[in-house]
Amino acid sequence: MSEAFRAGTAAEMSPVGTLDRREAVPALVGNPQDWLIVAGLAGTAKDTAAMCEPEANYFACAGVMGGAVAMGLGLALARPDRRVLVLTGDGELLMNVGSLATVAILNPPNLSIVCVDNGHYGETGYQKSHTSLGVDLAAMASGAGIAAVRSVSGADGIEEAGRLLREANGASFVLLKITPDAPPPVIRRSLDAALSKDRFRAATLPAG
Amino acid sequence: MADWQEDLYRVLKEFDVSQVSYVPDAGHRVLIDKSLADPEMHSVPLTTEEEGIAMLAGAHLGGARGVAAMQSSGIGNCVNMFSLVKNGLFPMLVLVSMRGDFGEGNPWQMPMGQAVEPVMEAMGFVTMRIDRPEDVEGAMRAACTMVFGSGQAVGVLLTQKLIGAKAF
Repeated sequence: MSEAFRAGTAAEMSPVGTLDRREAVPALVGNPQDWLIVAGLAGTAKDTAAMCEPEANYFACAGVMGGAVAMGLGLALARPDRRVLVLTGDGELLMNVGSLATVAILNPPNLSIVCVDNGHYGETGYQKSHTSLGVDLAAMASGAGIAAVRSVSGADGIEEAGRLLREANGASFVLLKITPDAPPPVIRRSLDAALSKDRFRAATLPAG
Repeated sequence: MADWQEDLYRVLKEFDVSQVSYVPDAGHRVLIDKSLADPEMHSVPLTTEEEGIAMLAGAHLGGARGVAAMQSSGIGNCVNMFSLVKNGLFPMLVLVSMRGDFGEGNPWQMPMGQAVEPVMEAMGFVTMRIDRPEDVEGAMRAACTMVFGSGQAVGVLLTQKLIGAKAF
């Protein structure tokens, strides 16, 4: 096969990040209790469970790849009284990148999205994702029309990006570029979505 | 304007539905237009129908009710996202404007149109077909009761006998 048709030969290779997700994600999110959190499958589900447990202010997926941003959107529209945070990975977001366009046209002021980008499909053996091969998800978020976008690749950018997530007047998006060499936290969590749903609602819905 | 579309929207309002997701579609034109004009309704155009299933699961996490409107072809785009409904026991109301069924003139619509019911039933939905305008209000009330009262997943199929078949 001609080299012209091989993935990665046409696009310039993107440098992978250097941040350790086990430090960078909690630093960016701050107090997890300030948020209602939806996490995509795999790495970000573990990041989120490790931050939030034993509290139940999060719903983490273990399937339905590509659904996290849209879930966060429905939650944000339902709960204008709370700030909603979506934590998703590069592979998860790439599966439904159009959801950034849907978020942008609604532009809910209480919805913040963090894409934890390790440039790889960590759950399936660390095959390179498109973001290792030139695709820039922060540029795609900007192109979708989300005004508040940051790309963070060093510890010095975390504080300002964290403020943006909390204070933006519309939907916000932070691409957090992390190293693929540091795995997500190890934590046991329930894979029962019905239990997770009921637990989340009991913990977060107003009484009555 | 068909009165049954007015009936359909009125029932959704009676059941406190506050989120409508859709990919633009002629069969749902009145629902979409009414939701856009309604200040109490979040009217959400999607890039693909599966976003709507995830969105309404998120709405339920936040205590809100919604409906996903789509054409029969959109069901095919939703199948894996229906895992969330079946595994998580999320209440879910899906309105399907049918193509690829009674009197269809476009063969590209046939495969997915004929697959709607077996696919939805395989993923845990109860399906009901509506053929006649006078049945819309009662069927919608039944569907909303099953979804929002009993926590079920229900697909309401608005057939080509009801909405008319495209001859091209």
